[in-house]
Amino acid sequence: MTTSAGRVPQVQMLSPDGVFEVPSEYAHYGKYIEKLTLDDFLKFYRDMARIRRFDNECTALQRQGQMGLWVPAVGQEAAQIGSGYAVGKNDHMFPSYREHGVAITHGIDLMSIIKMMRGVNHGGWNPEETRFHLYAIVLGTQVLHAAGYAMGVNFDGNVGTGDPEVDQAVITYFGDGATAEGDVSEALLFAAVNKSPLVFFCQNNQWAISSPVSAQTVVPLYLRGEGFGVPGIQVDGNDVLACYAVTAKHMDDARNGLGPSLIEALTYRVGAHTTSDDPSKYRPQEETDYWIARDPITRFEKFLRRQGVGDEFFQEVAQAGDDLATQIREATFAMPNPPLENIFKHVYTDPHPLVQEQQAWLENYESSFEEDSK
Amino acid sequence: MSLAVFNLPDVGEGLTEAEIVSWKVAAGDQVSVNQVICEIETAKSIVELPCPFAGTIEKLFAKEGDTVLVGTPIISVQAEGNILVAGPATSSIPIITESDTMHEAVADVASSVASDETKPNLVGYGSAGHGATRRKRSGAVAAASLASSIPTATSAVPSALSGDVIAKPPIRKLAKDLNVDLSKVVSTGPAGEITREDVVNAATQASVFRNLTTPAIPSEREERIPVKGVRKAIATAMVQSAFTAPHVSIFVDVDATRTMEYVKRLKASTDFAGVKVTPLLLMAKAMMWAVRRNPTVNSTWTDKEIIVHNFVNFGVAAATPRGLIVPNIKDADQMSMLELARQLELLAATAREGKTTPEDMKDGTITITNIGVFGVDTGTPILNPGQVAIVALGSIRPKPWVVNNEIVIRQVTTIGATFDHRVVDGDVASRFVQDVASVIEEPALLLD
Ligand SMILES: Cc1ncc(C[n+]2csc(CCOP(=O)(O)OP(=O)(O)O)c2C)c(N)n1
Repeated sequence: MTTSAGRVPQVQMLSPDGVFEVPSEYAHYGKYIEKLTLDDFLKFYRDMARIRRFDNECTALQRQGQMGLWVPAVGQEAAQIGSGYAVGKNDHMFPSYREHGVAITHGIDLMSIIKMMRGVNHGGWNPEETRFHLYAIVLGTQVLHAAGYAMGVNFDGNVGTGDPEVDQAVITYFGDGATAEGDVSEALLFAAVNKSPLVFFCQNNQWAISSPVSAQTVVPLYLRGEGFGVPGIQVDGNDVLACYAVTAKHMDDARNGLGPSLIEALTYRVGAHTTSDDPSKYRPQEETDYWIARDPITRFEKFLRRQGVGDEFFQEVAQAGDDLATQIREATFAMPNPPLENIFKHVYTDPHPLVQEQQAWLENYESSFEEDSK
Repeated sequence: MSLAVFNLPDVGEGLTEAEIVSWKVAAGDQVSVNQVICEIETAKSIVELPCPFAGTIEKLFAKEGDTVLVGTPIISVQAEGNILVAGPATSSIPIITESDTMHEAVADVASSVASDETKPNLVGYGSAGHGATRRKRSGAVAAASLASSIPTATSAVPSALSGDVIAKPPIRKLAKDLNVDLSKVVSTGPAGEITREDVVNAATQASVFRNLTTPAIPSEREERIPVKGVRKAIATAMVQSAFTAPHVSIFVDVDATRTMEYVKRLKASTDFAGVKVTPLLLMAKAMMWAVRRNPTVNSTWTDKEIIVHNFVNFGVAAATPRGLIVPNIKDADQMSMLELARQLELLAATAREGKTTPEDMKDGTITITNIGVFGVDTGTPILNPGQVAIVALGSIRPKPWVVNNEIVIRQVTTIGATFDHRVVDGDVASRFVQDVASVIEEPALLLD
């Protein structure tokens, strides 16, 4: 990601060796790290490791026939955990389909995500309670939903009052590929003209299935909003502290009535797009190796060790990961199939003759199979 | 210890088989959970399969290079401790046949997280294979019986107490047009919103009618509409037809009561559920029956010869926003009542959407024009160029009718038809129209 002017300016606070340093021009972001304690750092690490372990177990479960599909987020943990913890208690999040890391920073039950990928439900958490909205499979739709929600916050007057109990911001997550959807441009425009409290968080993981980011844009993505009036910044997406600080600052600005902004977190999708995808068909292994060497969890571990955190902590985290894996494995195998009628339940609020007809048809069809009638 | 068997799962979305590329374990080996046991190649990719159980491998069911169907065993393990047994998630998703679109939609719920790429080798649905996991249907599969529709009344929720009313913009416009004060309307919408009916109910009768007033006379004394497009094509075809083929028209009044009853019964039958059934369907059937008995009405005049068609491409005149067009249903005489009903519905929908193709309009052999839908009794239709007969179906409505010297009320219609006198003389024309009329009077004739 370079422009004709050379390297793109990028907010980074942790060097690949885990050395913490905030360049003076980013001091306004650095302030947010000063407020964190060691406990916060340990929490960041724990969650990144937890979601990585969960992710790998889910891929295995899919390979064992327990899920229709899995969407791995390996490599993107810093972008997700860092930004997720920067979301405040009144704020709303509109994710895409890969934001498992953001989900755990706001208490989403990991089994709900498995259920969705198993085809048991469509998400199963209540966005009104969690403020974490349902996964959006159709690229870019959630960005418009977020723009609409943020306009609603404007209308309610819950922005710029200076009262932390009242002020709200909205964050939406989308990929580099999704930026090529008209929806994202429309949302940028609506947010800009309405001066909505919305942070556009683009995880540029450099691939949209098999399409490279070079097929999506010629200008660095953090500049995409400029023409609409949405200022942007690029952050090192594998640096959990930089991701936290930048998101926290922009969410604050949004809550304070300064309008929307765009954050491009430059990261890499280390795994396959989904379990149905084989990346070796379209990208060289050397590219992946380059990014594995810049792994966000390893980098943060180096930082923590520099802070004096020892083996004991890392072993404890590894053990907790294995326990979690066993737990979700057992829960997944034990998961009953939902009743057929669930498919029809929420199509209309009121009973609907056509839906009833289809349900009757399906029940009749299902009962016509030999094996199951035994 | 207990024996656990691992069946080949669908590792993609809709894959049916995979080749065992290499085994990483052998019988007698110890395995742990998630240890890679083999590499398989599917239509999309090579993937490693992790073992779901820990224990000692008892048996490998396939050799390297074998192609294995999804759902068949590949390995068995003498498992230690608690083994996790459950059907794989994918086994609850039936493999579907291509025509089973309804079911496909349902299976989509499970795979709705799938990306929808068209490059089959990367993501999306895999190649259709043998479908070993296709479940068996039991012998006596009841014909998909559809439960009869049970519409349920929505409960009426009184509108919110606050001064704010909830109403969609078109409803607000309607209220304005009808001079209805929305704040005084009792709302019945499920969320307390004001519905169209609520507004109409609240409007005084007079204002409802006022809404249907005659448009004012335009200020210009004349309007000039350019002759082009469909209008021009219609004009050319009509002139050509009217001034080359000598037209003769005949009419007959007919009691269509039984036809209307028949239509009603078809509508109620489960076979016709979801299909639009109208008197036009019976008319089409009647015409096809009458064509069989009077084949020359289904022909083409070429100056040198008369080509009698032994098939019917059944034309239906359709008024569309762009003008009159006459698409036809190819080989309509070969169709069952149900199929014909579906085709008529499709033809109308396609025409309405403006998607009728030139192909749809080519090679018609006989035509019907359903002018009854405009509320008129009959007319003298002009032949579609190249055809020698066209039938007009008038409106069907209750009228006095004489039965056994008594006047009774029956559903009466007029059938009008125009013929090319170069081909069809009065006797054949009359017999044809009589035949059509007799089916309309007694649809049971179709059973002969
Ligand atoms: C509107 C729409 N078009 C196409 C797709 C198919 N699709 C699913 S994921 C994907 C790639 C998305 O890439 P990106 O936005 O970079 O996000 P990532 O998956 O890399 O996180 C595509 C094309 C879709 N889900 N929705």
